[in-house]
Amino acid sequence: MNNPQLDRDGQLKHLLTIEGLPKRVLNQILDTAETFVGVAQRDIKKVPLLRGKTICNLFFENSTRTRTTFEIAAKRLSADVLNLNVSTSSQSKGETILDTVYNLIAMHADMFVVRHAQSGAAHFIAQHVPNNISVINAGDGRHAHPTQGLLDVFTIRKYKPDMHNLRVALVGDVLHSRVARSEIHALTTLGVPEVRVIAPKTLLPADVNKLGVQVFHDLKTGLQDVDVIMMLRLQNERMNGAMLPSAQEYFKTFGLTQEKLSYAKSDAIVMHPGPMNRGVEIDSCVADGDQSVILPQVTYGIAVRMAVMAILNGRNTGENA
Amino acid sequence: MHLPDPENLLTNISAQIKTKLKPNSALVGIHSGGVWLMQRILQQINFENLDTKKIGTCALEFGTLDAALYRDDYNQRGLKSESKPSNIAFNVQDKHIILIDDIFYTGRTTRAAMNELFDYGRPASITLAVLINRGGAQLPISPQIVGAEIMLTTAQNLQLTHDTQGKLMLTLDEISHE
Repeated sequence: MNNPQLDRDGQLKHLLTIEGLPKRVLNQILDTAETFVGVAQRDIKKVPLLRGKTICNLFFENSTRTRTTFEIAAKRLSADVLNLNVSTSSQSKGETILDTVYNLIAMHADMFVVRHAQSGAAHFIAQHVPNNISVINAGDGRHAHPTQGLLDVFTIRKYKPDMHNLRVALVGDVLHSRVARSEIHALTTLGVPEVRVIAPKTLLPADVNKLGVQVFHDLKTGLQDVDVIMMLRLQNERMNGAMLPSAQEYFKTFGLTQEKLSYAKSDAIVMHPGPMNRGVEIDSCVADGDQSVILPQVTYGIAVRMAVMAILNGRNTGENA
Repeated sequence: MHLPDPENLLTNISAQIKTKLKPNSALVGIHSGGVWLMQRILQQINFENLDTKKIGTCALEFGTLDAALYRDDYNQRGLKSESKPSNIAFNVQDKHIILIDDIFYTGRTTRAAMNELFDYGRPASITLAVLINRGGAQLPISPQIVGAEIMLTTAQNLQLTHDTQGKLMLTLDEISHE
């Protein structure tokens, strides 16, 4: 099968989705990220790997955290970073995506980090760039957000190293969540034996059973004996129609409180990809509590993104060998 | 070719390192051979207090470097998946660093390791200790503490390995250019 993310030698060429990536590549990214965790703890938080390279953050959809962490990751690798919020630039004057990309290539961009509200936007760009240029998907519509999925499994591996012996529960708006899809693929590929999704029926995709997960509609039973709880954000901006009675009602049934957390294992960790809706999907005392690893997720996200960029840029394109 | 016993070379360089140790010295092993060597060297230096690895009243600090993120051949070879995190838990500033590697060849690994060290701080000095200098330096860098000098050609590949008990072994292969 032809995977557009891999080159002829099976090396990662673009990172577009975790779906279809072999375990070998996922482990390569996670292991490489370990070497970058220490870089942030030094006086000089920089390594010279991508010196002289230009990375374009091409954001067709707003995101502060993802863009910032990609920017920090690129800068810690000594790359030059160009941030383009395309919604506010040429696109509004009618330029097509590809024209924007080709113009940046003419300026000798080496890598694109792409976020777009349309599923498949990063794939589309990857199909049209020359061989020496890599594309990283930083979130496309409801489809995928692979670096978030990777940083989540990296965080899980840090706190719960025995991946083959874990119960992980994803709670909330799975339907609209590209993070959930990326994460489910990563967890199952890495051999986590039990992945659960806990959500009201209206927030689950129709094909949820095909993802290889167990489905629960009740938070108490779903959280029983779980090691990792991944809360998902209630994606108000992606909702159309009445899927839920109200945010308050949602919090009552699916919001994670200290009391509901007690149904999971006593050493369970609580994660959230951010941005959090406090008092909607998660109670403040859980978000700020001892079991929360939400801020370490952000820190590890930089190391994981550095690893992805370093692996992509280090692949042999036949031009600089 | 007759190769020396690396265990003897280890004893030799451990003795040399011991004479150079100062109160603010630190050992740094370069992955992976240099790290095994450093661990053996730490055992061989007779510490007055073995638990805290003290020289006089000062504890001897030690750490490991991978230097993969500083190599000059990243554009050709990319990142090796077996690269390990560096671990320098002490303050490098004003330390007398003894950098330890198994085999000295082009000097490029040493260059990368020194660049990485300087991103941790400004050491007072750096001394390079190697088990074997095989000749072929391509940079104005040479080791100060050497177990043996064995001049090899570019077609020869000398490697340090160890068995399950940690006993060091040297292997010499001819590289075929097929």
